[in-house]
Amino acid sequence: MSALLRVRNLTKIYGEPGERTLEQTGPEWNSNICPETDSIVACAGVSFDLYPGEVLGIVGESGSGKSTVVKLLYFDMEKTAGSAWLRPYNDGRTNMLEASGQQKRYIRNHLMGTVYQNPRDGLNFSFSSGGNIAEKLIMAGSLHVGSIRERASFLLEKTEVPVRRMDDTPASFSGGMQQRVQIAKAIANNPPLLFLDEVTTGLDVSVQAKVLDLIRELQQELGIAMIVVSHDLSVIRMLTDRTLVMKHGRVVESGLTDQILQDPQHAYTQLLVSSLL
Amino acid sequence: MNIVEVNQLSKTFELHILHDKMIPALHDIEFDIAEGEIIGLTGKSGSGKSSLMKCLYRTYLATGGEILYYSRGGVINLVKASDHEIIALRRSEIRYCSQFLSVIPRVSAIDVVAEPLARTEKNRDLARSKAKDLLEALGLPTALWDAFPVTFSGGEQQRINVARAIIARPRLLLIDEPTASLDQRTKDVVIGLIRDLKQEGTSVLCISHDEYTLERLADRRLHLQSGQITHAITESI
Repeated sequence: MSALLRVRNLTKIYGEPGERTLEQTGPEWNSNICPETDSIVACAGVSFDLYPGEVLGIVGESGSGKSTVVKLLYFDMEKTAGSAWLRPYNDGRTNMLEASGQQKRYIRNHLMGTVYQNPRDGLNFSFSSGGNIAEKLIMAGSLHVGSIRERASFLLEKTEVPVRRMDDTPASFSGGMQQRVQIAKAIANNPPLLFLDEVTTGLDVSVQAKVLDLIRELQQELGIAMIVVSHDLSVIRMLTDRTLVMKHGRVVESGLTDQILQDPQHAYTQLLVSSLL
Repeated sequence: MNIVEVNQLSKTFELHILHDKMIPALHDIEFDIAEGEIIGLTGKSGSGKSSLMKCLYRTYLATGGEILYYSRGGVINLVKASDHEIIALRRSEIRYCSQFLSVIPRVSAIDVVAEPLARTEKNRDLARSKAKDLLEALGLPTALWDAFPVTFSGGEQQRINVARAIIARPRLLLIDEPTASLDQRTKDVVIGLIRDLKQEGTSVLCISHDEYTLERLADRRLHLQSGQITHAITESI
Protein backbone atom coordinates (compact mmCIF):
# COMPACT_ATOMS: atom_id res chain seq x y z
CA MET A 1 0.00 0.00 0.00
CA SER A 2 1.35 3.43 -0.80
CA ALA A 3 0.64 6.72 0.94
CA LEU A 4 -2.30 8.88 -0.05
CA LEU A 5 -0.52 12.02 1.13
CA ARG A 6 3.19 12.52 1.71
CA VAL A 7 4.29 15.68 3.49
CA ARG A 8 7.94 16.69 3.89
CA ASN A 9 9.52 19.55 5.76
CA LEU A 10 6.36 21.66 5.79
CA THR A 11 7.30 25.10 7.10
CA LYS A 12 5.53 28.40 7.64
CA ILE A 13 7.37 31.44 8.95
CA TYR A 14 5.87 34.92 9.41
CA GLY A 15 8.24 37.82 8.93
CA GLU A 16 11.76 37.71 7.54
CA PRO A 17 13.63 34.73 8.95
CA GLY A 18 17.40 34.87 9.37
CA GLU A 19 19.86 32.05 8.82
CA ARG A 20 19.62 30.90 12.42
CA THR A 21 15.88 31.33 12.88
CA LEU A 22 15.12 27.61 12.75
CA GLU A 23 18.05 26.75 15.04
CA GLN A 24 16.95 29.24 17.65
CA THR A 25 13.29 28.36 17.87
CA GLY A 26 11.30 25.30 18.87
CA PRO A 27 10.59 23.33 22.03
CA GLU A 28 14.21 23.45 23.32
CA TRP A 29 14.06 27.23 23.17
CA ASN A 30 10.57 27.26 24.59
CA SER A 31 9.55 29.74 21.93
CA ASN A 32 8.68 30.01 18.27
CA ILE A 33 9.86 33.62 17.97
CA CYS A 34 13.33 34.10 16.53
CA PRO A 35 15.40 36.17 19.02
CA GLU A 36 17.38 37.81 16.19
CA THR A 37 14.76 38.65 13.60
CA ASP A 38 11.49 38.48 15.56
CA SER A 39 10.08 36.28 12.81
CA ILE A 40 7.55 33.74 13.99
CA VAL A 41 7.90 30.07 13.15
CA ALA A 42 4.30 28.82 12.96
CA CYS A 43 5.46 25.35 11.95
CA ALA A 44 8.72 23.90 10.67
CA GLY A 45 10.04 20.61 9.40
CA VAL A 46 6.70 18.80 9.61
CA SER A 47 6.86 15.47 7.75
CA PHE A 48 4.48 12.53 7.70
CA ASP A 49 2.74 9.98 5.49
CA LEU A 50 -1.02 9.47 5.52
CA TYR A 51 -2.39 6.22 4.15
CA PRO A 52 -5.75 5.78 2.43
CA GLY A 53 -8.51 5.53 5.04
CA GLU A 54 -6.14 6.38 7.88
CA VAL A 55 -7.04 8.88 10.59
CA LEU A 56 -4.11 10.97 11.81
CA GLY A 57 -4.41 13.20 14.86
CA ILE A 58 -2.43 16.38 15.48
CA VAL A 59 -2.49 17.43 19.10
CA GLY A 60 -0.90 20.34 20.91
CA GLU A 61 -1.69 23.53 22.80
CA SER A 62 -2.94 26.77 21.22
CA GLY A 63 -0.21 28.26 19.05
CA SER A 64 1.66 25.00 18.61
CA GLY A 65 1.16 25.15 14.84
CA LYS A 66 -1.28 22.30 14.47
CA SER A 67 -3.91 24.29 12.56
CA THR A 68 -1.22 25.86 10.40
CA VAL A 69 -0.27 22.42 9.07
CA VAL A 70 -3.82 21.78 7.92
CA LYS A 71 -4.30 25.30 6.52
CA LEU A 72 -1.12 24.99 4.44
CA LEU A 73 -2.28 21.67 3.03
CA TYR A 74 -5.71 23.08 2.18
CA PHE A 75 -4.06 26.12 0.55
CA ASP A 76 -5.65 28.54 3.01
CA MET A 77 -2.11 29.79 3.60
CA GLU A 78 1.05 29.89 1.52
CA LYS A 79 3.90 27.73 2.69
CA THR A 80 7.37 29.11 3.34
CA ALA A 81 9.00 25.79 2.47
CA GLY A 82 8.15 22.13 2.09
CA SER A 83 6.45 19.68 -0.22
CA ALA A 84 3.27 17.66 -0.28
CA TRP A 85 2.28 14.99 -2.76
CA LEU A 86 -1.31 13.79 -3.01
CA ARG A 87 -1.65 10.51 -4.88
CA PRO A 88 -4.84 11.29 -6.83
CA TYR A 89 -3.24 14.52 -8.07
CA ASN A 90 -1.00 13.72 -11.04
CA ASP A 91 -0.24 10.27 -9.58
CA GLY A 92 1.55 11.87 -6.65
CA ARG A 93 4.37 13.09 -8.89
CA THR A 94 3.83 16.84 -8.47
CA ASN A 95 4.36 18.86 -5.30
CA MET A 96 0.84 20.24 -4.89
CA LEU A 97 2.08 23.18 -2.83
CA GLU A 98 3.82 24.47 -5.99
CA ALA A 99 0.77 23.99 -8.22
CA SER A 100 -0.86 26.90 -10.07
CA GLY A 101 -3.87 28.66 -8.58
CA GLN A 102 -6.18 26.91 -11.01
CA GLN A 103 -4.75 23.50 -10.14
CA LYS A 104 -5.01 24.24 -6.42
CA ARG A 105 -8.68 25.08 -6.86
CA TYR A 106 -9.17 21.78 -8.65
CA ILE A 107 -7.46 19.87 -5.82
CA ARG A 108 -9.48 21.70 -3.16
CA ASN A 109 -12.78 21.08 -4.87
CA HIS A 110 -12.30 17.51 -5.99
CA LEU A 111 -9.80 15.86 -3.71
CA MET A 112 -10.16 17.47 -0.28
CA GLY A 113 -12.69 18.76 2.17
CA THR A 114 -12.24 20.74 5.33
CA VAL A 115 -14.29 21.44 8.42
CA TYR A 116 -13.28 24.48 10.44
CA GLN A 117 -13.78 25.15 14.11
CA ASN A 118 -15.89 28.20 13.28
CA PRO A 119 -18.73 27.36 10.87
CA ARG A 120 -18.49 30.90 9.50
CA ASP A 121 -15.12 30.02 7.97
CA GLY A 122 -16.52 27.08 6.06
CA LEU A 123 -20.04 28.25 5.25
CA ASN A 124 -21.47 31.30 3.58
CA PHE A 125 -24.16 32.50 5.99
CA SER A 126 -25.98 34.48 3.31
CA PHE A 127 -26.66 31.27 1.36
CA SER A 128 -29.10 28.57 2.37
CA SER A 129 -27.61 25.36 3.77
CA GLY A 130 -28.49 23.58 0.52
CA GLY A 131 -26.92 26.47 -1.39
CA ASN A 132 -23.68 26.04 0.55
CA ILE A 133 -23.47 22.42 -0.50
CA ALA A 134 -24.44 23.33 -4.06
CA GLU A 135 -21.56 25.80 -4.16
CA LYS A 136 -19.06 23.01 -3.52
CA LEU A 137 -20.73 20.75 -6.10
CA ILE A 138 -20.79 23.51 -8.73
CA MET A 139 -17.11 24.26 -8.12
CA ALA A 140 -16.42 20.65 -8.96
CA GLY A 141 -18.35 20.92 -12.22
CA SER A 142 -21.93 19.81 -11.41
CA LEU A 143 -24.33 22.00 -13.32
CA HIS A 144 -27.62 20.15 -13.27
CA VAL A 145 -29.92 21.82 -10.73
CA GLY A 146 -32.05 18.74 -10.11
CA SER A 147 -29.13 16.46 -9.38
CA ILE A 148 -27.45 19.12 -7.23
CA ARG A 149 -30.59 19.43 -5.07
CA GLU A 150 -30.85 15.68 -4.87
CA ARG A 151 -27.23 15.28 -3.78
CA ALA A 152 -27.58 18.15 -1.27
CA SER A 153 -30.62 16.59 0.37
CA PHE A 154 -28.90 13.19 0.43
CA LEU A 155 -25.91 14.73 2.21
CA LEU A 156 -28.05 16.62 4.71
CA GLU A 157 -29.90 13.44 5.50
CA LYS A 158 -26.63 11.62 5.94
CA THR A 159 -25.41 14.24 8.38
CA GLU A 160 -28.77 14.30 10.15
CA VAL A 161 -29.73 17.85 9.28
CA PRO A 162 -33.52 18.03 8.70
CA VAL A 163 -33.91 18.22 4.92
CA ARG A 164 -36.94 20.46 5.46
CA ARG A 165 -34.49 23.14 6.51
CA MET A 166 -32.43 22.89 3.34
CA ASP A 167 -33.55 26.33 2.18
CA ASP A 168 -32.82 28.06 5.49
CA THR A 169 -29.52 29.81 6.08
CA PRO A 170 -27.14 28.20 8.58
CA ALA A 171 -27.36 31.42 10.61
CA SER A 172 -30.67 30.17 11.99
CA PHE A 173 -29.18 26.76 12.99
CA SER A 174 -27.75 25.60 16.27
CA GLY A 175 -23.97 25.24 16.57
CA GLY A 176 -24.10 21.47 16.21
CA MET A 177 -26.31 21.69 13.13
CA GLN A 178 -24.04 24.28 11.53
CA GLN A 179 -21.15 21.93 12.07
CA ARG A 180 -23.05 19.10 10.43
CA VAL A 181 -23.84 21.28 7.39
CA GLN A 182 -20.12 22.03 7.18
CA ILE A 183 -19.39 18.31 7.22
CA ALA A 184 -22.01 17.68 4.52
CA LYS A 185 -20.39 20.36 2.38
CA ALA A 186 -16.88 19.04 3.00
CA ILE A 187 -17.74 15.52 1.85
CA ALA A 188 -20.00 16.65 -1.02
CA ASN A 189 -17.62 15.54 -3.77
CA ASN A 190 -16.53 12.30 -2.10
CA PRO A 191 -13.00 13.50 -1.42
CA PRO A 192 -10.40 10.90 -0.37
CA LEU A 193 -9.03 13.35 2.23
CA LEU A 194 -10.77 15.39 4.91
CA PHE A 195 -9.31 17.93 7.34
CA LEU A 196 -11.07 18.49 10.66
CA ASP A 197 -9.82 21.47 12.63
CA GLU A 198 -11.10 21.56 16.23
CA VAL A 199 -14.57 20.67 14.99
CA THR A 200 -16.12 19.98 18.38
CA THR A 201 -14.50 22.78 20.35
CA GLY A 202 -17.15 25.03 21.87
CA LEU A 203 -20.06 22.64 21.46
CA ASP A 204 -22.08 21.19 24.35
CA VAL A 205 -20.92 17.71 25.33
CA SER A 206 -24.01 15.94 24.01
CA VAL A 207 -23.74 17.81 20.70
CA GLN A 208 -20.00 17.09 20.62
CA ALA A 209 -20.78 13.42 20.99
CA LYS A 210 -23.19 13.49 18.05
CA VAL A 211 -20.72 15.27 15.79
CA LEU A 212 -17.96 12.81 16.73
CA ASP A 213 -20.26 9.84 16.11
CA LEU A 214 -21.12 11.25 12.71
CA ILE A 215 -17.45 11.68 11.78
CA ARG A 216 -16.68 8.14 12.90
CA GLU A 217 -19.59 6.68 10.95
CA LEU A 218 -18.64 8.56 7.80
CA GLN A 219 -15.07 7.40 8.18
CA GLN A 220 -16.08 3.76 8.52
CA GLU A 221 -18.63 3.89 5.75
CA LEU A 222 -16.75 5.95 3.18
CA GLY A 223 -13.18 5.12 4.21
CA ILE A 224 -12.06 8.75 3.96
CA ALA A 225 -8.55 9.51 5.22
CA MET A 226 -8.65 12.27 7.80
CA ILE A 227 -6.36 14.64 9.62
CA VAL A 228 -7.95 15.57 12.93
CA VAL A 229 -6.56 18.63 14.68
CA SER A 230 -7.54 18.93 18.31
CA HIS A 231 -6.25 20.02 21.70
CA ASP A 232 -8.65 17.48 23.22
CA LEU A 233 -7.02 14.12 23.87
CA SER A 234 -10.34 12.33 24.19
CA VAL A 235 -11.27 13.39 20.65
CA ILE A 236 -7.87 12.15 19.47
CA ARG A 237 -8.31 8.86 21.34
CA MET A 238 -11.74 8.26 19.90
CA LEU A 239 -11.02 9.07 16.27
CA THR A 240 -7.40 8.49 15.37
CA ASP A 241 -5.00 5.61 14.63
CA ARG A 242 -1.84 7.68 14.80
CA THR A 243 -0.93 10.98 16.41
CA LEU A 244 1.58 13.78 15.98
CA VAL A 245 2.27 15.91 19.05
CA MET A 246 3.26 19.51 18.31
CA LYS A 247 4.82 22.22 20.42
CA HIS A 248 6.22 25.57 19.35
CA GLY A 249 5.77 24.73 15.71
CA ARG A 250 7.59 21.39 15.77
CA VAL A 251 6.53 17.78 15.94
CA VAL A 252 7.97 16.57 19.26
CA GLU A 253 6.63 13.05 19.10
CA SER A 254 4.65 10.80 16.79
CA GLY A 255 3.32 7.30 17.22
CA LEU A 256 0.33 5.02 17.48
CA THR A 257 -2.38 6.86 19.38
CA ASP A 258 -2.60 4.28 22.19
CA GLN A 259 1.19 4.43 22.58
CA ILE A 260 1.18 8.24 22.72
CA LEU A 261 -1.50 8.15 25.41
CA GLN A 262 -0.17 5.25 27.50
CA ASP A 263 3.59 5.46 27.01
CA PRO A 264 4.39 9.04 25.99
CA GLN A 265 8.12 9.61 25.47
CA HIS A 266 8.60 13.34 25.22
CA ALA A 267 8.40 15.50 28.35
CA TYR A 268 5.74 17.69 26.78
CA THR A 269 3.55 14.74 25.81
CA GLN A 270 3.88 13.34 29.32
CA LEU A 271 2.71 16.66 30.72
CA LEU A 272 -0.17 16.77 28.23
CA VAL A 273 -1.32 13.23 29.04
CA SER A 274 -1.03 13.78 32.78
CA SER A 275 -3.20 16.88 32.42
CA LEU A 276 -6.05 14.79 31.09
CA LEU A 277 -9.05 15.08 33.37
CA MET B 1 7.37 -23.14 14.12
CA ASN B 2 7.59 -20.08 16.33
CA ILE B 3 5.31 -17.15 15.76
CA VAL B 4 7.05 -14.91 18.30
CA GLU B 5 10.65 -14.78 19.52
CA VAL B 6 11.46 -12.30 22.27
CA ASN B 7 15.14 -11.54 22.79
CA GLN B 8 16.66 -9.50 25.64
CA LEU B 9 13.60 -7.34 25.90
CA SER B 10 13.70 -4.52 28.42
CA LYS B 11 11.40 -1.66 29.30
CA THR B 12 12.11 1.31 31.53
CA PHE B 13 9.75 4.21 31.96
CA GLU B 14 11.40 7.61 32.08
CA LEU B 15 9.13 10.12 33.77
CA HIS B 16 10.27 13.57 32.70
CA ILE B 17 7.63 15.30 34.75
CA LEU B 18 8.99 13.63 37.91
CA HIS B 19 12.54 14.91 37.39
CA ASP B 20 13.40 12.19 34.87
CA LYS B 21 12.69 9.43 37.34
CA MET B 22 13.43 5.99 35.90
CA ILE B 23 11.05 3.13 36.60
CA PRO B 24 12.29 -0.27 35.44
CA ALA B 25 9.46 -2.56 34.33
CA LEU B 26 11.01 -5.41 32.36
CA HIS B 27 14.52 -6.77 32.23
CA ASP B 28 16.18 -9.25 29.89
CA ILE B 29 13.01 -11.06 28.85
CA GLU B 30 13.58 -14.10 26.61
CA PHE B 31 10.90 -16.49 25.39
CA ASP B 32 9.25 -17.91 22.28
CA ILE B 33 5.66 -18.62 21.41
CA ALA B 34 5.05 -21.52 19.05
CA GLU B 35 2.22 -21.61 16.54
CA GLY B 36 -0.94 -22.90 18.22
CA GLU B 37 0.59 -22.65 21.68
CA ILE B 38 -1.13 -21.16 24.70
CA ILE B 39 1.21 -19.61 27.25
CA GLY B 40 -0.05 -18.65 30.68
CA LEU B 41 1.64 -15.53 32.03
CA THR B 42 1.65 -15.36 35.81
CA GLY B 43 3.12 -13.20 38.54
CA LYS B 44 2.08 -10.80 41.28
CA SER B 45 0.51 -7.43 40.53
CA GLY B 46 3.22 -5.09 39.36
CA SER B 47 5.52 -7.87 38.23
CA GLY B 48 5.34 -6.63 34.63
CA LYS B 49 2.79 -8.96 33.02
CA SER B 50 0.71 -6.23 31.41
CA SER B 51 3.82 -4.25 30.46
CA LEU B 52 5.16 -7.27 28.61
CA MET B 53 1.89 -7.74 26.80
CA LYS B 54 1.70 -4.07 25.88
CA CYS B 55 5.27 -4.19 24.53
CA LEU B 56 4.17 -7.02 22.24
CA TYR B 57 1.20 -4.94 21.06
CA ARG B 58 3.39 -1.81 20.81
CA THR B 59 1.19 0.20 23.14
CA TYR B 60 4.47 0.46 25.04
CA LEU B 61 7.73 1.15 23.24
CA ALA B 62 10.37 -1.32 24.42
CA THR B 63 13.61 0.28 25.63
CA GLY B 64 15.87 -2.51 24.36
CA GLY B 65 15.90 -5.93 22.74
CA GLU B 66 13.75 -7.29 19.95
CA ILE B 67 10.41 -9.00 19.40
CA LEU B 68 10.46 -11.00 16.20
CA TYR B 69 7.00 -11.70 14.85
CA TYR B 70 6.62 -14.18 11.99
CA SER B 71 3.74 -12.60 10.09
CA ARG B 72 2.09 -14.05 6.99
CA GLY B 73 4.16 -11.57 5.00
CA GLY B 74 7.52 -12.29 6.67
CA VAL B 75 9.37 -11.59 9.89
CA ILE B 76 8.94 -8.20 11.55
CA ASN B 77 10.65 -6.79 14.65
CA LEU B 78 7.72 -5.33 16.57
CA VAL B 79 10.06 -3.07 18.55
CA LYS B 80 11.29 -1.26 15.45
CA ALA B 81 8.49 -1.71 12.92
CA SER B 82 6.88 1.43 11.50
CA ASP B 83 3.55 2.57 12.91
CA HIS B 84 1.88 1.69 9.61
CA GLU B 85 3.23 -1.88 9.73
CA ILE B 86 1.88 -2.25 13.27
CA ILE B 87 -1.53 -0.87 12.27
CA ALA B 88 -1.71 -3.39 9.43
CA LEU B 89 -0.80 -6.28 11.76
CA ARG B 90 -3.33 -5.19 14.35
CA ARG B 91 -6.03 -5.21 11.70
CA SER B 92 -5.22 -8.62 10.32
CA GLU B 93 -3.21 -10.78 12.74
CA ILE B 94 -2.63 -9.55 16.28
CA ARG B 95 -5.39 -8.85 18.76
CA TYR B 96 -5.06 -7.44 22.25
CA CYS B 97 -7.79 -7.91 24.81
CA SER B 98 -7.32 -5.75 27.88
CA GLN B 99 -8.58 -6.52 31.33
CA PHE B 100 -11.10 -3.73 31.20
CA LEU B 101 -13.32 -2.87 28.32
CA SER B 102 -12.36 0.41 26.72
CA VAL B 103 -14.46 0.96 23.68
CA ILE B 104 -15.84 3.79 21.71
CA PRO B 105 -18.88 5.18 23.52
CA ARG B 106 -22.39 5.02 22.09
CA VAL B 107 -21.81 1.90 20.03
CA SER B 108 -24.11 -1.06 20.71
CA ALA B 109 -22.72 -4.27 22.21
CA ILE B 110 -23.31 -6.16 19.00
CA ASP B 111 -21.46 -3.60 16.90
CA VAL B 112 -18.57 -3.41 19.37
CA VAL B 113 -18.13 -7.16 18.98
CA ALA B 114 -18.69 -7.20 15.21
CA GLU B 115 -16.37 -4.30 14.41
CA PRO B 116 -13.02 -6.17 14.03
CA LEU B 117 -14.60 -8.73 11.70
CA ALA B 118 -16.52 -6.10 9.74
CA ARG B 119 -13.17 -4.42 9.07
CA THR B 120 -11.51 -7.52 7.66
CA GLU B 121 -14.50 -9.10 5.94
CA LYS B 122 -16.09 -5.87 4.66
CA ASN B 123 -19.45 -7.48 5.35
CA ARG B 124 -21.31 -5.92 8.22
CA ASP B 125 -24.29 -8.29 8.23
CA LEU B 126 -22.10 -11.38 8.36
CA ALA B 127 -20.03 -9.82 11.14
CA ARG B 128 -23.15 -8.97 13.12
CA SER B 129 -24.57 -12.44 12.81
CA LYS B 130 -21.30 -13.96 14.01
CA ALA B 131 -21.28 -11.47 16.86
CA LYS B 132 -24.77 -12.65 17.85
CA ASP B 133 -23.62 -16.27 17.87
CA LEU B 134 -20.74 -15.38 20.18
CA LEU B 135 -22.84 -13.30 22.55
CA GLU B 136 -25.38 -16.10 22.68
CA ALA B 137 -22.70 -18.69 23.47
CA LEU B 138 -21.37 -16.39 26.20
CA GLY B 139 -24.84 -16.03 27.67
CA LEU B 140 -25.19 -12.28 27.37
CA PRO B 141 -28.91 -11.48 27.79
CA THR B 142 -30.44 -10.56 24.42
CA ALA B 143 -31.92 -7.41 25.94
CA LEU B 144 -28.38 -6.05 26.19
CA TRP B 145 -27.30 -6.66 22.60
CA ASP B 146 -28.42 -3.26 21.40
CA ALA B 147 -27.41 -1.43 24.57
CA PHE B 148 -24.15 0.44 25.15
CA PRO B 149 -21.54 -1.61 27.04
CA VAL B 150 -20.33 1.38 29.10
CA THR B 151 -23.26 0.80 31.47
CA PHE B 152 -22.77 -2.99 31.75
CA SER B 153 -21.61 -4.88 34.82
CA GLY B 154 -18.00 -6.08 35.07
CA GLY B 155 -18.80 -9.62 33.97
CA GLU B 156 -20.93 -8.47 31.06
CA GLN B 157 -18.21 -6.12 29.85
CA GLN B 158 -15.70 -8.93 30.16
CA ARG B 159 -17.74 -11.11 27.82
CA ILE B 160 -18.04 -8.29 25.26
CA ASN B 161 -14.30 -7.87 25.50
CA VAL B 162 -13.54 -11.55 24.92
CA ALA B 163 -16.03 -11.83 22.06
CA ARG B 164 -14.51 -8.79 20.36
CA ALA B 165 -11.02 -10.21 20.73
CA ILE B 166 -11.74 -13.58 19.16
CA ILE B 167 -14.34 -12.82 16.50
CA ALA B 168 -11.83 -12.10 13.73
CA ARG B 169 -9.78 -15.21 14.60
CA PRO B 170 -6.39 -13.55 15.10
CA ARG B 171 -3.10 -15.43 14.60
CA LEU B 172 -1.78 -14.06 17.88
CA LEU B 173 -4.08 -13.30 20.76
CA LEU B 174 -2.84 -11.30 23.75
CA ILE B 175 -5.45 -11.64 26.43
CA ASP B 176 -5.41 -10.15 29.93
CA GLU B 177 -7.43 -11.95 32.63
CA PRO B 178 -10.15 -13.31 30.35
CA THR B 179 -12.05 -15.11 33.10
CA ALA B 180 -11.51 -12.88 36.15
CA SER B 181 -15.05 -11.70 36.78
CA LEU B 182 -17.01 -14.59 35.27
CA ASP B 183 -19.14 -17.32 36.83
CA GLN B 184 -18.15 -20.95 36.44
CA ARG B 185 -20.33 -21.72 33.44
CA THR B 186 -19.24 -18.67 31.45
CA LYS B 187 -15.64 -19.32 32.42
CA ASP B 188 -15.90 -22.74 30.80
CA VAL B 189 -17.39 -21.21 27.66
CA VAL B 190 -14.53 -18.69 27.39
CA ILE B 191 -11.96 -21.44 27.95
CA GLY B 192 -13.67 -23.51 25.24
CA LEU B 193 -13.69 -20.61 22.76
CA ILE B 194 -9.98 -19.95 23.27
CA ARG B 195 -9.19 -23.66 22.89
CA ASP B 196 -11.16 -23.65 19.62
CA LEU B 197 -8.95 -20.85 18.35
CA LYS B 198 -5.88 -22.85 19.32
CA GLN B 199 -7.17 -25.78 17.26
CA GLU B 200 -7.15 -23.46 14.26
CA GLY B 201 -3.55 -22.49 14.90
CA THR B 202 -3.90 -19.30 16.93
CA SER B 203 -1.15 -18.65 19.48
CA VAL B 204 -2.22 -17.15 22.77
CA LEU B 205 -0.44 -15.28 25.54
CA CYS B 206 -2.82 -15.21 28.48
CA ILE B 207 -2.38 -13.35 31.76
CA SER B 208 -4.28 -15.02 34.55
CA HIS B 209 -4.34 -15.44 38.29
CA ASP B 210 -6.96 -18.14 38.08
CA GLU B 211 -5.58 -21.64 38.63
CA TYR B 212 -8.72 -23.25 37.17
CA THR B 213 -8.31 -21.32 33.90
CA LEU B 214 -4.55 -21.87 33.69
CA GLU B 215 -4.86 -25.59 34.26
CA ARG B 216 -7.33 -26.00 31.44
CA LEU B 217 -5.81 -23.51 29.03
CA ALA B 218 -2.05 -23.17 29.30
CA ASP B 219 0.37 -25.51 27.52
CA ARG B 220 3.16 -23.78 29.36
CA ARG B 221 3.59 -21.06 31.93
CA LEU B 222 5.90 -18.09 32.28
CA HIS B 223 6.28 -16.57 35.71
CA LEU B 224 7.33 -12.96 36.10
CA GLN B 225 8.91 -11.52 39.21
CA SER B 226 10.03 -7.89 39.37
CA GLY B 227 10.15 -7.68 35.60
CA GLN B 228 12.11 -10.87 35.03
CA ILE B 229 11.12 -14.38 34.04
CA THR B 230 11.91 -16.64 36.98
CA HIS B 231 11.01 -20.07 35.76
CA ALA B 232 9.10 -21.61 32.91
CA ILE B 233 7.05 -24.68 33.73
CA THR B 234 5.80 -26.96 31.00
CA GLU B 235 2.38 -28.31 31.76
CA SER B 236 1.50 -31.80 30.74
CA ILE B 237 -1.52 -31.63 28.49
